[in-house]
Amino acid sequence: MVVAWKEGRSMNNSWLIENARWIDPSVGLDRVGRLLIQDGRFAGLDCRDGDLPKGIQHIDARGLIGGPGFVDLGTIFGEPGREEDETLTTGLHSALAGGFTSIAMSSSTEPPIDSAASVQFVLQKAARASLAKLYPLGCVSKERKGEELAEIGSLVESGVVALSDAPRSIDNTALMRRALEYCSMFDRPLLAHPEVMSLSRGGVMHEDMTQLVLGLPPMPAEAEDLATARDLRLVEATGGRLHLLSISTSGSVDLCRGARGRHLPFTAGIYIANAHMLDEQLKSFDANCKINPPMRSASHIAACLAGLADGTIDIISSGHRPCSLEKKMQELDAAPFGMVSLETTLGQVVTHLIRPGVLDWSAAFAKLSLNPAKLLGIDAGSLAPGKPADLVLIDPDQSWTVDAPAMKTKAYNTPLQGTELHGMVIASFVDGERRYKKGD
Amino acid sequence: MTFAFSSSLPEQWKHRHLLGLENLSADEITLILDLAEHLHTATEGGRVKLDLLKGRTVANLFFENSTRTRNSFSLAAKRLGADTVEFSSSGSSVSKGETFIDTAKTIEAMGVDAVVVRHATPGTPHLLARHLEAAVINAGDGPHEHPTQGLLDLCTIRQKRGSLEGLTVALVGDIAHSRTARSNIWGLLKLGAKPIVCGPATLVSKTWEKFGVEVAYSLDEILPRCDVLNLLRIQFERQAIRPFPSVHEYALLYAMTNERMKRSKPDILIMAPGPINRGVELTPEVADGPHSVILKQVTNGISIRMAVLWLLLGKKGVR
Repeated sequence: MVVAWKEGRSMNNSWLIENARWIDPSVGLDRVGRLLIQDGRFAGLDCRDGDLPKGIQHIDARGLIGGPGFVDLGTIFGEPGREEDETLTTGLHSALAGGFTSIAMSSSTEPPIDSAASVQFVLQKAARASLAKLYPLGCVSKERKGEELAEIGSLVESGVVALSDAPRSIDNTALMRRALEYCSMFDRPLLAHPEVMSLSRGGVMHEDMTQLVLGLPPMPAEAEDLATARDLRLVEATGGRLHLLSISTSGSVDLCRGARGRHLPFTAGIYIANAHMLDEQLKSFDANCKINPPMRSASHIAACLAGLADGTIDIISSGHRPCSLEKKMQELDAAPFGMVSLETTLGQVVTHLIRPGVLDWSAAFAKLSLNPAKLLGIDAGSLAPGKPADLVLIDPDQSWTVDAPAMKTKAYNTPLQGTELHGMVIASFVDGERRYKKGD
Repeated sequence: MTFAFSSSLPEQWKHRHLLGLENLSADEITLILDLAEHLHTATEGGRVKLDLLKGRTVANLFFENSTRTRNSFSLAAKRLGADTVEFSSSGSSVSKGETFIDTAKTIEAMGVDAVVVRHATPGTPHLLARHLEAAVINAGDGPHEHPTQGLLDLCTIRQKRGSLEGLTVALVGDIAHSRTARSNIWGLLKLGAKPIVCGPATLVSKTWEKFGVEVAYSLDEILPRCDVLNLLRIQFERQAIRPFPSVHEYALLYAMTNERMKRSKPDILIMAPGPINRGVELTPEVADGPHSVILKQVTNGISIRMAVLWLLLGKKGVR
């Protein structure tokens, strides 16, 4: 479809975006209207012509869907330390191109974000880039080694929104317990990647029929199930707030569903790839299919879809993990885990969750924007008047073919290369400033 | 079937590479076995050299230790008149700062027509096949496949029994880490045999049943109905946590001994892909006994590899 797009230069980050279908799960909004943005903040739907500020810029967004910008959790960039994979600038640009206006970035930099100085470094770099908003995650453990607690109090003071060692799991149960207790003092959630390493160390792919045939080192589902069970039990014991970043097994979904009934202070998340990508893809021996959690078999994916549909899984994250080309051009056991996905997440959600009827648009925005914003306690995830105008405009029907070299991310590692997705991000606004427009 | 080696290749062969047996049809496997027999005859068991692959070069690219497979491929190439070039590297190519693909491309640039590759990681031959113009032959990729070993095992059984149809063939030992087991399983299933995988539960997955393979933990239980035993080497080097308590206990449960021979079918065939651990998988009396076809397997290996090389390189116009 052709989008009518009339736009001049915006004064004071003020816009009138007309004729879009607006979705805001925070107030149950789903209807066509015109949204006013004034001085970088939302100023309500359906304002009268007489109330419009002079010289405001108009966008005719007929046919588009608009909603609060997405909030990603545990996003991996490479700066500092692995700039060959991704810099903060390329990463935050990639985020905007995918509709993500807030990024809670993984602490897995080199050096890791385990001190006030490293927090300041990434915050300043991100502010200078002036793209998506960056919220650093701080390390749970010193040097992210999983041995002793990092200086969590100082980290919180210097601006981290949550604590996480992900993508590394906290293998030491005693440390996990301490961390949940300690984080609760600062009312900050702990974001965990559930994996019992002694069961999956050295693994390349999900253990099942395909793995048996290929003979690749296995990552059994129970390695995740046991960690999920352990962490939920520790939440129950300590009252600490937990977000499971990356569940992918039917066992984890069942455990979370059960724990939900006991009203524990936790949320459950999934990386979008685990909602649709099958372990059989590894038959290609393509290192881009090596991700963690691994692509699972059909029964696990079905369980995850059920968990997404019934609300057991609250949050969808991109699982963005860039790797430079030369790192993926290795033997499968030597190649690092990961795929870039900030720019494909919306397409994956539309193609594999919305179009098949697993989620409606409101639920999708809740899981991509409202719920992660609430978890982090950041001012995002809603179109309510007075809120910062972080916004995404989407063409829900536009299909496109994934072409990694054409993406904003620096890395190319996606197993989705060449596949067709539906749903395209047309523009992203941060604090009322249009910082991304398709085709720019 | 007769083959006119000087003319064109059999039409039913369509593959550019030999990466595994999983994706070959029964007809294609049979074609290779037939061709191997003919080449064995044509070379008079190695006394006569042919010039079917004159001017072609075969590179042996071995990233894991091997003596028999490597020499077998070299001899096969030479008996067909091809030149060979050897490349070996212990450990990962990454440690030398060069990617595996770059190493292979360098070898290819020297003008080779086929690359025979062995590597500890499953899928590396497939990776090469995507990046190289040359024909790629998988000589073992981790625990995934070892197609020429599977073919030579099938060839040996067929020689002794005439056909594989209906035969019960037990693969005994470390199935989890065995590429030989996997290539055998696909070949046996396609040619109508009944494969059993037998060994400690830590090394034999129940999931094999989903592929139509019988799973057994007791050798003594299945022994009386086996036509063939293929005794796989215990791969000590691949195990992080030892999957059985001791070699002694393994031998007690799974070693083929004279005593167990007495409870076997009178015409049972004893095979082993080698190298064998005498006293672990089988005792010396069994290895050297009248039922053992272990050395016959080695001889057939060369014929099989000649057949494969000719199928992949014999076509006129390659390079």
